[in-house]
Amino acid sequence: MNFEEGRPAGHVRERLVVIGNGMAGCRAVEEILARDPGRFDVTIFGAEPRVNYNRIMLSPVLAGEKTFDEIVINTQEWYDDNGITLVSGDKVESIDREHKRVVAASGRIEPYDKLLIATGSDPFIIPVPGKDLDGVVTFRDLDDVDKMLAAAGQGGNAVVIGGGLLGLEAAHGLNLRGMDVTVIHLMPTLMERQLDEAAGWLLKTELERRGQTILTGANTKEIVGKDGKVAAVRLEDGTEIPASIVVMAVGIRPATGLAREAGLDVERGIMVDDHMVTSDPSVLAVGECVQHRGMCYGLVAPLWDMCRALADHVTENPTGYEGSVTSTKLKVSGIDLFSAGDFSGGEGCEDIVMRDASRGVYKRVIVKENKVLGAVLYGDTADGSWYFDLMKKGEDVSDIREALIFGQAFASGGALADPNAAVAALSDDAEICGCNGVSKGQVVSCINGGAHSLDAVRSTCKASASCGSCTGLVESLLALTLGGEVESGPKTMCKCTSFTHGDVRKLIVEKELREIPQIMQELHWTTPDGCASCRPALNYYLLCAWPGEYEDDQKSRFVNERMHANIQKDGTYSVVPRMWGGLTNPKELRAIADVVEKFNAPMVKVTGGQRLDIFGIKKEDLPAVWADLNAAGMVSGHAYGKSLRTVKTCVGSEWCRFGTQDSTGLGVQIERMTWGSWMPHKFKIAVSGCPRNCAEATIKDFGVVCVDSGYELHIAGNGGIKVRATDLLCKVETEQEAMDMCAAFIQFYREDAWYLERTAPWVERVGLQYVKDALAAEGAVEHYAARFRYSQQFMQDDPWAKRAAGEHEKLHQHLAEVRPFPGAKMENA
Amino acid sequence: MIGNWLDIGPVTQIEPGTARTLPVVGGEEIAVFHTMRNEFFAIVNKCPHKQGPLSQGIVHGDVVTCPLHNWNISLRSGKALGDDEGCVPTIPLKVDAGRIYLLRSAVIGGDDQAEAA
Repeated sequence: MNFEEGRPAGHVRERLVVIGNGMAGCRAVEEILARDPGRFDVTIFGAEPRVNYNRIMLSPVLAGEKTFDEIVINTQEWYDDNGITLVSGDKVESIDREHKRVVAASGRIEPYDKLLIATGSDPFIIPVPGKDLDGVVTFRDLDDVDKMLAAAGQGGNAVVIGGGLLGLEAAHGLNLRGMDVTVIHLMPTLMERQLDEAAGWLLKTELERRGQTILTGANTKEIVGKDGKVAAVRLEDGTEIPASIVVMAVGIRPATGLAREAGLDVERGIMVDDHMVTSDPSVLAVGECVQHRGMCYGLVAPLWDMCRALADHVTENPTGYEGSVTSTKLKVSGIDLFSAGDFSGGEGCEDIVMRDASRGVYKRVIVKENKVLGAVLYGDTADGSWYFDLMKKGEDVSDIREALIFGQAFASGGALADPNAAVAALSDDAEICGCNGVSKGQVVSCINGGAHSLDAVRSTCKASASCGSCTGLVESLLALTLGGEVESGPKTMCKCTSFTHGDVRKLIVEKELREIPQIMQELHWTTPDGCASCRPALNYYLLCAWPGEYEDDQKSRFVNERMHANIQKDGTYSVVPRMWGGLTNPKELRAIADVVEKFNAPMVKVTGGQRLDIFGIKKEDLPAVWADLNAAGMVSGHAYGKSLRTVKTCVGSEWCRFGTQDSTGLGVQIERMTWGSWMPHKFKIAVSGCPRNCAEATIKDFGVVCVDSGYELHIAGNGGIKVRATDLLCKVETEQEAMDMCAAFIQFYREDAWYLERTAPWVERVGLQYVKDALAAEGAVEHYAARFRYSQQFMQDDPWAKRAAGEHEKLHQHLAEVRPFPGAKMENA
Repeated sequence: MIGNWLDIGPVTQIEPGTARTLPVVGGEEIAVFHTMRNEFFAIVNKCPHKQGPLSQGIVHGDVVTCPLHNWNISLRSGKALGDDEGCVPTIPLKVDAGRIYLLRSAVIGGDDQAEAA
């Protein structure tokens, strides 16, 4: 009798051939051995000439934090001890399914009973000129790391194309190895698949602080070579970045070539069922090369589950794989970053956002139907695994919903799950406001002393008056102390923030905030990327605070300011060219007439501001219309913007028998000085040559009424829904003084008013005396006028000319046009 | 089947936070959106309120605000949000290997959307 490990006599082991000596292939073999060590004779083919190692630890090897030996998973002894034949450095070239055998590059033929494809993925190479130059490497295996280390040994400049997980890890390693690193990323947000805009901004800032140059929204056009070796990377916009090595890390693609040639079902990846079986029952596949239930994975965690299901199946105890929920951590020392699940939000999803600017923390948890759907954490990732666990188990979080964002320790605290209760439990000397060192006891006594609103607390004891991160705590204390009788504070900017417009304006300047995502982080925005109310406001505030430095954010502009024309109810646009002071000439009139005919504009109308308005222009025709108007010397009339609109004039002393001054000439001068300036709201000016006031200067934002002895300057008039006559600001004697006061008033309004607040409601809110006092102070007019003129240096280039020359052309062009073939629907049906 | 999907070009042709348009001869113009969270959506370019061109609105999260009267429309469902009621048709879209695909039958206004599966 002959029993071999409980098998019937004469049992012949099945032959299992594994293509791929990577993490998936070896793990699958380990799982099978753990279940039934005697079932298969195993042969593993590996293209790399080495044993199996932990590929995800290549980043620490590059960074010098680990050696290769430390990341080896299975040594040669493991293969020997388990009777596994390792064929390394010999790539399998074809699968012959008919005869059940594989053929390797060396000519070696290996028959199989079961075949396991674990070919992983290939780095994606962007098809740009120069991609094959010496010095262009990918980041996939140890050979790539060796090439990078050799380049780093020479020092110099490295360019990493791709700001995803792998690219940033490569950049970090090369940076630590002493190279000057530039990361080029096509998208505006680093790691956009894992991070939202807010977390991406924090990451970018930290990497820049470490000396890396991060170029987002940058498109690689060409890799420039010299003597066959890489020398630089040229971007679409012409920028050239010197490089002695270029790492291409833009993504991976499932390696499906072998499977495809063998006639297996392949879409993006090799199609497998829940037991990792391909369209051929004898062929299995696992890892990054497969597509399961429509998903391809590029992370390590799903491999373990796949390999478990595969081993259960081949040992005849099928359990099945149901797909994986994945999470990501960036392996860059000192940067804590965690991302899991779906963070794109959507129907019925609720974003819970917490930001702590002083600690550089951003946390966002996405909840839907009382379940955690995803999480993005930056700066403090201690609770990452807890959120991930809640998410995977699909646990109902309604009981801990209020405290969820504060983390496990807080939310699991039973009674402490109510934030008010948690605050009540704090001792009197617990610090509430870190910025101003205010304790709970101080806040409570301040409330008891009569400060019954958030604003009152802020002005009395300064709690939450700085960064605002303790606003929630102060509100809890107000609620606890007053028993829910909290007076509502001043109106906040929008639902995304607890700050008012005034607070935000002040803080932008005080804290030198220079980008929209930075404001949102520092001021604890409760939404990831704002809303249609706050984004245009923030864009304006930054433009006003940092003239010449801030780069206008087109996607935060209302359509009219993005398209430089006025949208009409049918989706077409109206175009108003500038006519200085309302003056025109035959050349301009001809050009306008020609445009009307050429573009079939259905209507032309004289506006209330003495300009001509051409209606019915399609968005794709706008650049051509502007080119024609530019050719006649006309520029944008800004009839569409929160900006200086028109300076309306009467004919004045040059023609009018009553005129006292040259109102037309002054109007033209004022328009030349003020055109192109962005404002909190639209801004209209008029100059009348005498008190008969034919230019209607007393219902304008700034009005000049000429009199014999000089110029009366009026402000804050409005001819809109609520008619308001102007207030007299002052009287001056010369044109120059009138011009200076106009510039100063405009700048004060630009810096003081809230976005979408016209001069009339602004002056009613702050009081005429406040405006007069501000401008009457010693040197104030010179100061504000100089700031206005400085800002205007950057504003007075015609946006139409730039568009006509091709800037932002995508805004005007259709993607394409779909023209279905006759009968196309029949084909599809 | 790839034949059911219409390739409308690379993802890079739409800047994040913006939309571009796709006129359809004999059908409704389509707006294709790229959000700042890097998702893509296609909906008919007509607000359910007064037919405003949604492609021209400000995009925030997965919502677009119509440029005419500030209705907020979910890009995911096409539904008007908040107190407003209405719905704009959505067109199934997928992104594969850096290219955008729309479901052909939905683009040309067919009623055979079952093919999406």
